[in-house]
Order: sequence, then C-alpha cells, then structure tokens
Amino acid sequence: MFDGYTMSELGSIFAMQGFAGLILFSVFVLMALGLAIIFGQMGVINMAHGEFMILGAYVTYLCSNLFSTYLPGLFDIYFFIAMVLSFIAAGALGMLVEWSLIRHLYKRPLDTLLATWGLSLILQQLYRSIFGAREVGVSLPDWLMGSYPLTETIEVPINGIFVMVLTVLITTAVYFLIFRSGWGRQVRAVTQNRIMSGAVGINTERVDRLTFGIGCGIAGIAGSAFTMIGSTGPTAGQLYIVDTFLVVVFGGAQSLFGTIASAFAISQSQSAMEFFLSGSMAKVLTLLTVVGILMLRPQGLFSLKIRR
Amino acid sequence: MSTTFLNRFGSRADYIGIAVLMTLIVVVLPLTVDIFRLNLIGKYLTYAFVAIGLVLCWGYGGILSLGQGVFFGLGGYCMAMFLKLEASTPEATKIQSTPGIPDFMDWNQLTELPWFWEPFHSFGFTLIAIILIPTLFAFVIGLAMFKRRVGGVYFAIITQAIAAIMTILIIGQQGYTGGVNGITDLRTLLGWDIRTDEAKYVLYFVNAALLLLVIQLSLFVRHSKLGRIMVAMRDKEDRIRFSGYSVANFKIFIFCFAAAVSAIGGAMFTLQVGFMSPSFVGIVPSIEMVIFAAVGGRLSILGAVYGALLVNFAKTSFSEAFPELWLFAMGALFIGVVLAFPNGLAGLYATHVVPFIRSFSARRGGLFDRSVTFGGRVEEGGAK
Amino acid sequence: MTAAKKEFVLAVEGLTVSFDGFKAVDDLSLYVDENEIRVIIGPNGAGKTTVLDLICGRTRASAGSIRFRGKELTKLKENQIVHAGVGRKFQNPSIYEELSVFENLEISYPRGRSVFGALMFQRDREVIERVEEIAEMIFLADHLHTSADLLSHGQKQWLEIGMLLIQDPELLMLDEPVAGMSVSERKQTAELLNKIIQNRSVIVIEHDMKFVEDIAHRVTVMHQGRILSEGSMEHVQSDPKVVEVYLGH
Repeated sequence: MFDGYTMSELGSIFAMQGFAGLILFSVFVLMALGLAIIFGQMGVINMAHGEFMILGAYVTYLCSNLFSTYLPGLFDIYFFIAMVLSFIAAGALGMLVEWSLIRHLYKRPLDTLLATWGLSLILQQLYRSIFGAREVGVSLPDWLMGSYPLTETIEVPINGIFVMVLTVLITTAVYFLIFRSGWGRQVRAVTQNRIMSGAVGINTERVDRLTFGIGCGIAGIAGSAFTMIGSTGPTAGQLYIVDTFLVVVFGGAQSLFGTIASAFAISQSQSAMEFFLSGSMAKVLTLLTVVGILMLRPQGLFSLKIRR
Repeated sequence: MSTTFLNRFGSRADYIGIAVLMTLIVVVLPLTVDIFRLNLIGKYLTYAFVAIGLVLCWGYGGILSLGQGVFFGLGGYCMAMFLKLEASTPEATKIQSTPGIPDFMDWNQLTELPWFWEPFHSFGFTLIAIILIPTLFAFVIGLAMFKRRVGGVYFAIITQAIAAIMTILIIGQQGYTGGVNGITDLRTLLGWDIRTDEAKYVLYFVNAALLLLVIQLSLFVRHSKLGRIMVAMRDKEDRIRFSGYSVANFKIFIFCFAAAVSAIGGAMFTLQVGFMSPSFVGIVPSIEMVIFAAVGGRLSILGAVYGALLVNFAKTSFSEAFPELWLFAMGALFIGVVLAFPNGLAGLYATHVVPFIRSFSARRGGLFDRSVTFGGRVEEGGAK
Repeated sequence: MTAAKKEFVLAVEGLTVSFDGFKAVDDLSLYVDENEIRVIIGPNGAGKTTVLDLICGRTRASAGSIRFRGKELTKLKENQIVHAGVGRKFQNPSIYEELSVFENLEISYPRGRSVFGALMFQRDREVIERVEEIAEMIFLADHLHTSADLLSHGQKQWLEIGMLLIQDPELLMLDEPVAGMSVSERKQTAELLNKIIQNRSVIVIEHDMKFVEDIAHRVTVMHQGRILSEGSMEHVQSDPKVVEVYLGH
C-alpha cells in the first residue's frame, strides 16, 4: 500500500495524518476521561455519554450565535465562556440524571446500560426537536482560523493545536482532581468501600452525584472542542460512543494513564491507516485489533493485580 | 416420580401458555387481519426468535449480548445469498456486463462470483450455513471471552463493538455484500415465487411452526438441569465452579444456542420480507432486540414473543402517526422497563393476573388449579 | 523423595502468592496424611483462606507446587480440581439462593457435569435417594422444597456442607464452619462435622478453640503468610512463638 510514494512524501503523509490523528486523539481523550471517571470510579456504563458531549456542542453553537449577534466585540473570547457554560450545562444534566435514574441502579450495571441507552434516545430526539435534524456548525473567531506551516509540505491547523492544548490542560486538571484533591480521595474511598466510606462520614450520595456530574461536565467540554473539528447533529454523539468505550476498556478502566495511552494508540492507528485504506476499512481494522487484544487481555492494557 | 418433579416448575402452565399463544398466532390473527398486516406480524415474529435467545442468554445466563443483530443478520444474509443467486440466472441478468452474477456485483465492477458465494448455489448448504455459520461465530467469540472470564458490561461492550464492525464491513464491502442497500430483489425459492400472497401465507405458517419448535427447545433447555445451573451461575458464578462445572462451557453453549435461534429468525425474515440489509445488524437494531426480551420479561420465553410483537406493533403504529414521538417512547420504554418493570409483561402477569385467575378458579375449582405463570418462576429482584 | 511424597494425600511445597508485591502466602509447605484432620489457625490476615483458595484453584500460585494424590493442582482449573476430589466450603454460606434445597443438592451431585450431560440429566431414583439421604444428615429433610434464600444462617451453612458431602470428596476443606452460629446450631454442626470427616482428609480453618481441640489431629499456626508452628494442640499451645503472636502485640 506504500507503492508510488517517495520516502519524503511518506514522511509528510505520516506527519499530517499523525496530526489529524492527534485531533481525533483529543476528542477521544476528552470523551474517554469523563467516561473513565464514571465507569472506572463508579462502575456505571453511561451509554448517553455521547449525548452529553453533543449538549456541550449545542451550547457552544448557541454561544457562537449569541455573541456574533449581540456581543460582536467579545466574539474573540466567546469560546472560553462557551466551554464553561458547556461544562455547567452537561454537568447539571448529569447530576439530574444521576438523581433520577442512575442511583437506583448501582447494583445492576447491565440495567444501567439499557436505561442510559433509553436516555440517549430521548436526548437525541430532544435535540432534533429543538435544533432540527440538520447538522450545525459554529463560526470560529479569526485567531483560531488558518494553519501554521511547519515545513514546506507540512501544515498544522491552529484550531487543532488549540484543541490539543485544551486536552492537555483538562487532563492535568482531572489528574489533580482525582489523585490530589480531597474530593478525589473521597471518590476513591467510595469506589473501594462504599459502606465503610459512609461510616467514616463521607456523604456517599453526594460524592456519587458530583462524580457523575463532573464526568458528564467533561463530556460537555469535549463537545465544545468537538465543534471546532466537526459539525454537530443530534446523532453525532452516538458515532463516538463505541470507540470511546473501547478506549476506556482497552486502557484498563481504572487507569488514567491507560485511557490516554489507548486513546493515542487507537486514534493514531486509525488515522494512519485511513490515508491508505478507505475510512471504513481503517475503522474495521482498528476495532478488530482492539477487540482481538481485549480478548487476549480482557483486563485492559494497564491494570493492577489485586487480591480478591 | 421424576415427571412430577419436572412438573413442579409449572410445565403444565407452560403448555397452557403455548396453546394460548399458538391459537393467537395460527388461528386468530390469520382470520382477522389482511395478508399485508399478517406479513408484517410474521416479520415481528422473526424478532421473537432473537428475543427468546436473549431470554436464555441474558435472563437466565446473565450474559447481555448487544450484538444479537449480527447473528440475526448472518442467518438472514445466508438465506438472501441463496435467493439472490437463484434470482441472478444468466437469462435474468443478460443486460449486465457480466451476466450470471448478482446485479450489485456487476454495478461494482466485479466480473466473477466471489469464492464464498459459490457454495450458496446449494440449498442444502444454505440451510446448514444458516445455523452453522452464526453458531460457529458465536462459539469463537464465546470461547475467547468466556474462557478468559470476560463477562458483564465488558462482554456487552465488546459484542456491541462486533455489531459495529460487522455493519461497517458490510456497508464498506458493497461489491461482495450489496452495501448499505443490502441484498434486494429476491424472487423465488427453488422456483417457488415468494412474493405472492399465497406464498406469504405459507411462509407465515412455516415461521409459526419454527417458532413453536424453538419455544419447545428453549423450554426443554430451561427445565433441564442445565437451566437450573444457569440460574445458579447467574447469582454465584464463582460457586458453580466449585460444584464441578466449567462456567465457560455453559456460557458458550447458551450463547451459541441464542445465536443459532436468532439466525433462524433472520433467515425467516429474509424469506418473508424479501430482502436483507445491514440496518438489521448494527448497534441500534441489536439493542432494540434486547428491549423486546425486556418488555416481555427477561425470564419468560413466551413473554419474549409477546414483547417482540408488542414493541414492533407499537413502533409501526407510532412511526406512522407521530414519527417524532417514537424515539421518546422507545427511550421511555428502555428506562421504564429497567426501573419500574424489571420482569416485564410476564412479571405484571404473574403479580396481577395470576392471583385473579387463582381466586377465580378457587371458586370454580376448574382448569387453573395450579400456579399458572407464563414465565415460570418470577424472581423478585432477580434483575441483573 | 518421590516415594515419600506419594504417601501424603496433599503435599504443598514452596507455595507463594503475591498480590502486587505483597506476599499473602510465602514459601509455605504443608503435608496432609490419609484420613488426617488438620486445623489451620492464626490471626486475621495470616493467609489461611488464601491457602485454601490456592489449593482449590480460586487463586493462582506465583510459585510452588500443590500435589493431590500425586496430581499437580496448580495447573488445573477449579472444576477439574473438584473432579479430582477436592471439596471446599466457603467462609460465608455460599449456596444458590434462587434454587430450592433439593436443587442445590442436585446441582452438586457428581453426574452430568458437562454441558450435554447437564442437558440430558435425568432426575432418577438414584439421585433422589441420595439427595434425601444427605438432606436427612444435614437436618434439612423437611425443607427439601424450600427456596434456599428462606433458610436461616445456620441452615445455609449446613446446606453448603451437604452440597460438599454429595460430591463425596477425598479432601474436604472447611473455612470457619461454625462461624456465626447460635450455640445449639454450633453443637449440631460439630456433631455433623464429626460424622462427615470420617474416612477422608480434612483441612479446617477455625477460631473456636474448643472446637479445634475436639477434632484436630494436628494444628498448623499461620502468621503473615508463613507457618509459625505445627504439631499437636498441646505442642502448639506451648510454643512461645505462638503465644507471642496471639498475646504479644
């Protein structure tokens, strides 16, 4: 499949595809982070995670419209406000969902999966009723447009760089939140022993609600980032849910590092293959490889051996 | 002695349930609805095969597969490949640049029949393949996953990924599979036109007979010691190993059984509807099949049939009348069946209808003097 | 050396298991004779239950060997170890709560253990008689068709013992068989255990010293994954190392 390309061309192709893969990687990581928190820490499968992401995307779209119509002077910075609002909107919806649905199902993971699937259908239809079935795009401020020429043959889009910087910042924040903050310690305590945590005075219900809310909030930010590289439609979230789940499972659900590493591996291999094969075959091969590896190593790539 | 023990599980109730269901399917419906609607019901009933497989696999075995559409599709595609080859005679396709191959292959510049299509010239091979290919595929998946003790949500996600892979593959390889449109324009089965009203009646009854066979087989499995082992395994998987059973082998068996049953449904779908396409294979149809089983009652084999009928009937009438509302209704159904009615229709029947019948028959001393449930025992909180 | 090994029903040598660096069982060797009743005692976290887990295959050993009648168990699966003749009772009553007492015992009956064997399994006279016989022994003859989740804690323990008995294992491993029982249940259980431990080798984990004194042929004291002391009850009780561990801290 490499026939007909010179070495330097191949180098450029890999660099460009690699960069395209990095953007996919960013979306995967942002999606997977929220999912990994919810699944890894709470054992809950959230099939509606993609819809929480799309909520963030729609909030960003609304902000973009609002600012360009009413506050054109502030348009340059609207994106940051949109991200905060996306986080709040998705997080609040997440907490509502936890309160009304998830908390009744903590001991029945398979049922949670079905119920959140139902939720995802409802949200999709809601988006369709409110925003229409057509995909919408946001207009970016000027400073996010254009691309930066790295060499003569390699150019990188600025919005891509922005998304990646964002990913790094959010990942770092999540790391500190879970492994360095008091709240994170409570979350981990509840994960390991719910009854004991309750006994030592942790409000486990509040921790659950916040954890779920923050996981969904991060999905909202992912949605914000998503608007820069793709258009938003009611069912756009569903396209990513299987991939993201594989990312989380492949990395070993409890491991933040594993999630990032597997997001990187999956996005890069898919993106690199995409240039040489058709997009669908690239995806088939990537997914097959992941499923194959998971069959050999079901606990994921990074996981601890623990005493039962 | 031994038969009375088996009857303790209410197999008499099962037979009453089967009689009621079969009367409905074979007598009442054909007499009351026109052939167009009956054909539609026949289509719904092919989903009942999948739902029954899920009751055994998910309800009893605790294995939630979100990829049953794959097996349904494999069965359906095997049948469709045979019918397509029969429809693609050199005479019928003489306007193509390569006569004698299916039309979509010609459109995709294929000049000869791919090797894996060749055996589907034989009807005998096709019948075997309908059962064997999905079962083998399930066996391979099951072997890889259950031997390594992958279960629960991991299994669900991986089967879902397999459903996704399968759809992308079928759509991507349109020269070999007919792509997103699927395999269409199927006409005859061994020279017998399947598109006539008369053929539709015959196929409907064949479908009903096969459904009865599958129900009987499934009841046999459930009432065997294997059925009790499945219940034991769902609750204490670790313990069953120390009673000397290989958990993996039992899970593989039940998963393969569910796959084979789904494939029969798929093949009957192709025959009755006249085409097969990837839209019955992927993530969305596969998870909808789970809801048929859940609505009927995840522990009830007969309930699964009612579940498949009702949900599909509702889907058709809803999408005709209020297309926007259908997704809301479907979503609410998923949530409601999990939160409020974990044992589905069979559970409602057992808690509301059975006591009524009992008090009625206690006064009359009649037919229903034994516990009549159409789901066998409904376990409280058995939802997993 | 090999000839000497053959005499033991169970020969555990150099058994080690580590969880993420922590050695729960450390280079442990243990030999159980024909018809011997061995009691393992030790403070919490000594690794007693882990030893049973290792023998019955629930946990995989990091190093060492477990030979049962000359057969290496460390490479076998759990169900194969059961087939070899090792039975295990868990610390918490572990029964099938959604099935009746009869079905619990029937599932444990050693026939029709393959998939197709189970599919074709017939509940014939032989099975019914054996189930009724065992139910009689475990004081549950009147509860054969009771759903197991309705039994009392003590009855559940008995049922689990019955499920082991019907397997007729050559090596029986019991993890705290009288824990959580009332005084009268405890007495009945002791009687039951005395009946069933005849003609087979038994490993028991127990904290109840009175009970231990009654039944033990030899006692093994474990501490921090290692064997601290081994021998008769008197020998062990007078061992200063044991006294140190139990009373020292």
